[in-house]
Amino acid sequence: MRQVTASGQTVEEAVQSALKQLNTSEDQVKIDIIDEGKKGFLGLFGSKAVVKVSLAENQLQRATKYLTNITDQLGVAAQIDVKVNDNEMIFELSGEKIAILIGKRGQTLNALQYLLHLVVNRKSDKYYTVIVDAEGYRARRQGTLENLANRLADKAISTKREVSLEPMPSFERKIIHTTLQDHNEISTYSHGVEPNRHVVIKP
Amino acid sequence: MKALIETIVTPLVDYPEDISVAVNEEEHKVVYHLTVNSDDVGKVIGKNGRIAKAIRTVVYAAGSDTKKRIYLDIM
Repeated sequence: MRQVTASGQTVEEAVQSALKQLNTSEDQVKIDIIDEGKKGFLGLFGSKAVVKVSLAENQLQRATKYLTNITDQLGVAAQIDVKVNDNEMIFELSGEKIAILIGKRGQTLNALQYLLHLVVNRKSDKYYTVIVDAEGYRARRQGTLENLANRLADKAISTKREVSLEPMPSFERKIIHTTLQDHNEISTYSHGVEPNRHVVIKP
Repeated sequence: MKALIETIVTPLVDYPEDISVAVNEEEHKVVYHLTVNSDDVGKVIGKNGRIAKAIRTVVYAAGSDTKKRIYLDIM
């Protein structure tokens, strides 16, 4: 992160001078006012306005660079498509050896997503939800989880016993809960502490 | 592999210059030993080791096509 301290007769002047030095525009920076400045008598005894202007590296650029570095070093020449909605960043990976990036039950993909989430939201004012997807994996996984949920719900009903699922990250547990929320004969809850938190289906 | 570990960890810590990765190669396994500034330990381990687990998952994925088993020691 680059930053400059600049002074001027007014705060506005100081900011403009700093922006000129950084060669950027006002929406790309964070401005801290150190001294607002005072108008002295006839320009005498006044103090100048002092501001500190920091060039914040764009969160999105930072995230994309991070993901590219990691995929490169994993030896996967992945193409990364980025979509940004209000407070959501979606990284869509595609390429040949994409299976390495997904891992068993998406565990590598989830690890990447979590690390990326940390990098994006670290030292930033704006909070983003981060989703990392590879070759439509999330959509496929959603289908699998919905099937699994319905199958285990039937099992819970027929055996009249609670059925525990394996540990899953929160967004996957949510899919199970949502799938079964309108089911009359069973209820669902989550049990345990992350990273071992899992869904239990109760008849 | 060493570069990968540094790439993953660097943006997570406050003192990137204090990151070091030592490699200890044995007959059937390779152990990477990651050390960071003592103020940054929490940032690479996380609550209940959640960050450490994520780092390991990615590192092990990178080692999936090597013959030796890979371990990552943190601190």
